Amino acid sequence: MSHAHEHVSNTKRIWLVFALLSVVTIVEVFLGIVRPDFLFMNNFLGMNLLNWVFIILTLYKAYYIVWAFMHMEGEKSSLRWAVVGTVIFLVVYLLFILLVEADYIYDIFKNSTIKWNF
Amino acid sequence: MGATVTTANNTENTWGGGNEPMGASYGKLMMWFFIVSDALTFSGFLAAYGFSRFKFIDNWPIADEVFTHFPFMHGVEAPMYYVALMTFILIFSSVTMVLAVDAGHQMKQKKVAFYMLLTIVGGLIFVGSQAWEWKNFIKGEYGAVETKGGSIIQFVNNKGERVKLEDFAVRLPGQREELTRSQGKWFMKSEESLASYSVAEVQAGFKAHPELLVRTEKIYRDTKEDKANTKLQPGLNKNKQREIVTRAESEVLVGNAHLVVEGANLKHNEYGSKLFADFFFFITGFHGFHVFSGVVINFIIFLNIVLGTYEKRKSYEMVEKVGLYWHFVDLVWVFVFTFFYLV
Repeated sequence: MSHAHEHVSNTKRIWLVFALLSVVTIVEVFLGIVRPDFLFMNNFLGMNLLNWVFIILTLYKAYYIVWAFMHMEGEKSSLRWAVVGTVIFLVVYLLFILLVEADYIYDIFKNSTIKWNF
Repeated sequence: MGATVTTANNTENTWGGGNEPMGASYGKLMMWFFIVSDALTFSGFLAAYGFSRFKFIDNWPIADEVFTHFPFMHGVEAPMYYVALMTFILIFSSVTMVLAVDAGHQMKQKKVAFYMLLTIVGGLIFVGSQAWEWKNFIKGEYGAVETKGGSIIQFVNNKGERVKLEDFAVRLPGQREELTRSQGKWFMKSEESLASYSVAEVQAGFKAHPELLVRTEKIYRDTKEDKANTKLQPGLNKNKQREIVTRAESEVLVGNAHLVVEGANLKHNEYGSKLFADFFFFITGFHGFHVFSGVVINFIIFLNIVLGTYEKRKSYEMVEKVGLYWHFVDLVWVFVFTFFYLV
């Protein structure tokens, strides 16, 4: 609330962030429709480059939504860490466990003698 | 209601009250904590979606083929455009929300009310759009057949283009009609509604059209193994597209047919993996429910703005709090958009 009594208008920055989010979304949609081969057919760490681009752009958008729209940039660092740190840690942990496990199950299905879907 | 607007930070007397941990008021802090827990809920859903997808990575539906509709453009394949539009609507309503918060800082009642109204309208348009998206998903477009092994097979012509069931299935006499209440349904347990064609009708139609081929759930990877696979139709298979099998193999698969599937529900899904439909309904449904609750809460706050409650309170912090929730809904959509439509 420290900023609340300053009465400074941030309108310019808001529109700037909106433009940024729009441009990123347009780029995402464009890439999603075209699916350029040099991105789509090349893998990095088991995932194609296009998906990496999508995920990085998504995190970029998420950063701006939280920092500019939710005004995280104006909060104290203790609040920032309590909220963002907790979520990022738990989500990364959850994803790591579930995705590694899923990949393992995929291998089991693939190499097993039982056909499960035919 | 002095408590909601306390800003004094009494360092001399830590336990004397009026203190704000982390420099945020009670309401705002609790909203942040709620958002943390809700974010973890959505993460759990999306991670479960990722789990199922990685588990069935060779059979997962390709989003570009599922969501291809755009209003007033019948028969035009328009992947992604509609959902991009929805994303814009939600981002824009986030912008009007933050403008409302900004106007609130300057105590401009009319401006806050105006932006709040725009936000509500944006939210309603988004929920409406989602309903339309669901309608298309549930209705389906081409129709497919489920085999006895639970796999979905779709039909293509010899150029690899999709063919609708109605374009080749024949009408056979004596096929069962869907029972209604007047035809004795009243004593039965409710049955699933019948598809437009029976399995036999699709099979007969397939026999009558020798140019038709079957497209399986499996995704072609262009590996040595795939290239050596004689079951696949030569010349039609592309890397990272679904496998199209030869006529001989198609006949085997069609002979295995068990159920005609049109559209998607929680049990069957003409687009491929059943789990895809389940997760789609569950995650976008849960998100849509959040948007709807957001609209309701925004409307309550809008009424309070118009009634001048916050003018009397000399603080528009309430707008800031619902704003946090609204931006969070937008934030979730950014991730749903990526993981359901892009990746």
